[in-house]
Order: sequence, then C-alpha cells, then structure tokens
Amino acid sequence: MRPGRRRSGARSGLRRALAPAALLVGLVAIWELAAQQGVLADLLLTDQGAGGDGDSADFLVPAPSDIAGKLWAERGLLAGDTWVTLTEVLLGFVLALAAGLALAVVIHLSETTRRAVYPLVVASQTIPIVVIAPILVVWFGFGIFPKLLIISLICFFPITVNSYDGLRSVDPDLIKMMRTLGANRLQTLRRAELPWALPFVFSGAKIAVAVAVIGAVFAEWAGADSGLGHLILVSSGELSTALSFAAILVLAAIAICLFALLALLERRIVTWKENPAG
Amino acid sequence: MLATTGAPDSEPQEIPGGPGPAVSVRAVGHSFGELVALERIDLELPAGGVLGIVGPSGCGKSTLLEIVSGLTEPDSGEISILGAAPGPDGRLARSVLMPQRDLLLPWLSALDNAALGLSLGGASRQDARERAGGDFERLGLGGFEQARPQELSGGMRQRVAFLRTLVSGKQVLLLDEPFASLDAITRAETQAWLAGVLAADSHTVLLVTHDVEEALYLSDRVAVLTPRPGRVAATIEVPSPRAPDRAAAVTSTGFVELRERALRLLAGEAA
Repeated sequence: MRPGRRRSGARSGLRRALAPAALLVGLVAIWELAAQQGVLADLLLTDQGAGGDGDSADFLVPAPSDIAGKLWAERGLLAGDTWVTLTEVLLGFVLALAAGLALAVVIHLSETTRRAVYPLVVASQTIPIVVIAPILVVWFGFGIFPKLLIISLICFFPITVNSYDGLRSVDPDLIKMMRTLGANRLQTLRRAELPWALPFVFSGAKIAVAVAVIGAVFAEWAGADSGLGHLILVSSGELSTALSFAAILVLAAIAICLFALLALLERRIVTWKENPAG
Repeated sequence: MLATTGAPDSEPQEIPGGPGPAVSVRAVGHSFGELVALERIDLELPAGGVLGIVGPSGCGKSTLLEIVSGLTEPDSGEISILGAAPGPDGRLARSVLMPQRDLLLPWLSALDNAALGLSLGGASRQDARERAGGDFERLGLGGFEQARPQELSGGMRQRVAFLRTLVSGKQVLLLDEPFASLDAITRAETQAWLAGVLAADSHTVLLVTHDVEEALYLSDRVAVLTPRPGRVAATIEVPSPRAPDRAAAVTSTGFVELRERALRLLAGEAA
C-alpha cells in the first residue's frame, strides 16, 4: 500500500513539475537566442546612448551557454567559494533556529517578556542589513563571525514569529486536557505545545533558509576574501558577467536545495498532517 | 483486565480513611459575564460512588465538571475532593476530567495516547504502555494499538480517550458525556463494561450525560439539573445500579418508573 502510493505520488509529482520545467526551458531558450543575436546588448547600449555595435558587447549579457561554460571552466573556484558560503549559511541558519525557537518559547511562557521583547524583535527587522553589515565588519573583522551575525539577524525573524504563532495557536481545550491529566507547565510545553507548533516552525525555517542566502551575499559584500558573494563582487568588477551569473546560479541552487531538504524533513517528521503544498 | 486483576501499582490513589464525602460541592455558583450558568449547586458523593448528572443542554453541566476538576474556579461556593484543601491544585491532583471532545494527540499512537496520563505521572514508557494496553481488547480496540488517532473512527477515538482517563491513576473520574459519539449497540456494551469496571474497583465517578437511561443504569444517585441557570431540581436514588445483565435491568418495572420520573423532572414537571 505504501510503495504504491509513493510511486503514484512520484508520478503525479513529475507531471506537476512539467509545466514549470517547460516554462524555464522556454525562457532560457529565448534568452540564449537573444543573447547570441546581440539583441539584449544592443537594447542596453541604445538606452545608454552609446550606439549599438552588437558584437563588441558580449560581456554585457552572457548567453546561458556562456554561463554554463563558465560554470564548468571555473568549477574549482566556484566549489571553494560555494563551500565558504554554504558553511556561513548553514551555521547562521542553525544559530537563528536555536535562538528563534528559544525566544519563541520564552515569550510564549512569559507575558511580561513578550510585551518587553516582541516590539524589539519587530524593530530589529527594520534595520537595513546593507547598512549594518559594514559596521559589523569594522567591529568584528573579516572572519566568519560578523557573517553569521548578519545571516542570523535575517533568519531570526521568520523563525521566531512563526514558532510563536504556532505555540499560541494550540487548542485551549488541549491545554486543559493536559492539565487535568496531571501535566505541569513544562510537560504541557514538551508533550503538546511544541509538537503542535512544529509545522509552524518548519514554515518559518523554510522562509529563513531562502533569505539566509541573501544575507550571506550582503555579509560578504561588506568585507570578505572568499565566498560566492565575494566572487560576484570581484567578477562584476572585472566585467566577467558570465562568472557573476554562474555564482548567482549556484546561490539559487543552494537556497532551493536547503528549502527542499527542509520540506522533506517536515514530511518525514510531521506525519500527522497532510502536506498538499509539500 | 484492569477490572479483574488490579495489580497493586495500577490501583488508584488511596482513599483517606474516615467518614465524609469523597466529593463535596457546596453552594457553587458561576457566571459568564451576565449569564448565570450555575446557581447554588450542592452535591455530595461518597468514595466509590457514582453520581449521575442529567440536564438539558446549556444548563452548565460541563462547567460544573470543569469547576470540580480544578480547571476553573467558581465565582462562589466551595468544592472539596478527598479532603483536599480548597484551591484548584488539590482538585487537579485528585481528579481527572474526560472532556466531550476526545482531544487525542495526533502525533501519538492510540496506545501512547491512552498511556499519556501514566507517562505524565512518571511511569516509564514500557510500563505505561503495558498498563494502558491491557484494556484495548476489552474496549474493542484490539489491533489498533499502533494506529494514529486520525485513522480511527469517532467511536474508537472516544474509547481511547476514555481509557486514557480510566488508567490515569486519579481516584475521582469526571466524565462529560463519555459515550456521546457511540452508536446505540456499542454504547450499551460500553456501559455494561464500565459497570463491571466500577463494580470491581474503587473509582469515584461524576457522570454528566443527557441520556437518562445511561445515568440511571450506571449511577447510585442521579441529580437532575434545571435549565439555565443550573440548579439541582431533584435527586433520584437508584436502588440497584450497575446490574450485570444490562438489558434486563433497564427494562425492569422499577427502572422504567425511575426513568419516567427523571424524564418528567427534565421536562419541568413536578414529580
């Protein structure tokens, strides 16, 4: 029964993936064609009033084939930088997850703390990361620490807010049931409220992991000697647009993979809920 | 199994010696804003006794049970369970409420749901499962130990919830419409089974139901409440409750007479 269901699930999953894949292939094909004909570069140059002389402006808009070529030719460089950025993203995310969950539990348990801290949590999101990143680099140097801080600062918010909403949404009758069965506050939290909030935590974590990659790029732009964000900065400075695009592609792949990993983990752990959205 | 063997460690709490009621409710009144839900309720229940409470919908039966359980404090009046000091903590420790909704935890198996009270009380997982699992067969839940609640029918879920209440280790059981979602046949069987359980051990039970027959079959005494605000209109003594042959008991002349009296009281006629 299980394998059958899974197989049919996989088949319908493939069918579902068909439309976005076709769209993607179509867009890439148009881009390739336009780039090879120099249409895009001409348009850009005309806009800037520099006159259209197609062939000399290849670097402006690299064709997907150029990007793929760079991806392969610079695979050693890209792998090294990917590792650096991936480490930052993962550590920063885990840090935010631990801190966000802990804070969500604390403000859930203590009304006073919630009133004191919650506005600050919201306010922390209004800090422009682009502005604060260089300051953190000045304070903490070029190492990994300021990068983890910046990534955590970005990830922290969706995790905390979602987890807290999850803890808050527990059926009040369920809490009563736990109390009458003899559960103390901590047991109620551990046995009923946290499992209940788990799908919410996953929602927050999925949002966080997607923005974590953006945080990593900001952090590396503020001051770094390696990483994909650093690579984008350097390559665009050298007008090596194809390499920039290749780095962006890898960044997107990191975000998609981490997101998919979390979705998979959620389906494995939260078995009591149907996840039609996956 | 629990009804017949009763290993020492699965016994409910000790009943303190000496006379005095196990549960006493004195002049309890409660309102929700302007709405007076309960008005001066007086009830008394000896240890090991079963008191049925019947009344029309909205007469505050469920509120009364929540108050007795210690989950809610009444606006006025006093409740004492097994001589506990006033205040909700003593009542919470000595009683367990079975709410109308089953409220099973969807991430636990049926067996772990039934064992929840035991494991909260500090029993090891293995021990809790063994003690809760003993009655699965008897309640028609055999083979469903590992099923998740969402895979069970409404009636089965309610029986798991009932088992969770029964094996929680508390002396006083507060049952709020425990068999409401069972079909008539299963309901009669479960009542007969509960009658056996209650005859064999020393649980003290407050049973809220809208089913007069259920109340009269299972209880030593039945309190009939008036519509909002709830007051005790009359108390009916049941001469020989929980007879093994349920079908014979509920069709006997005496039972039918009691039933008529209760129904007339519920309809607001003087009896």
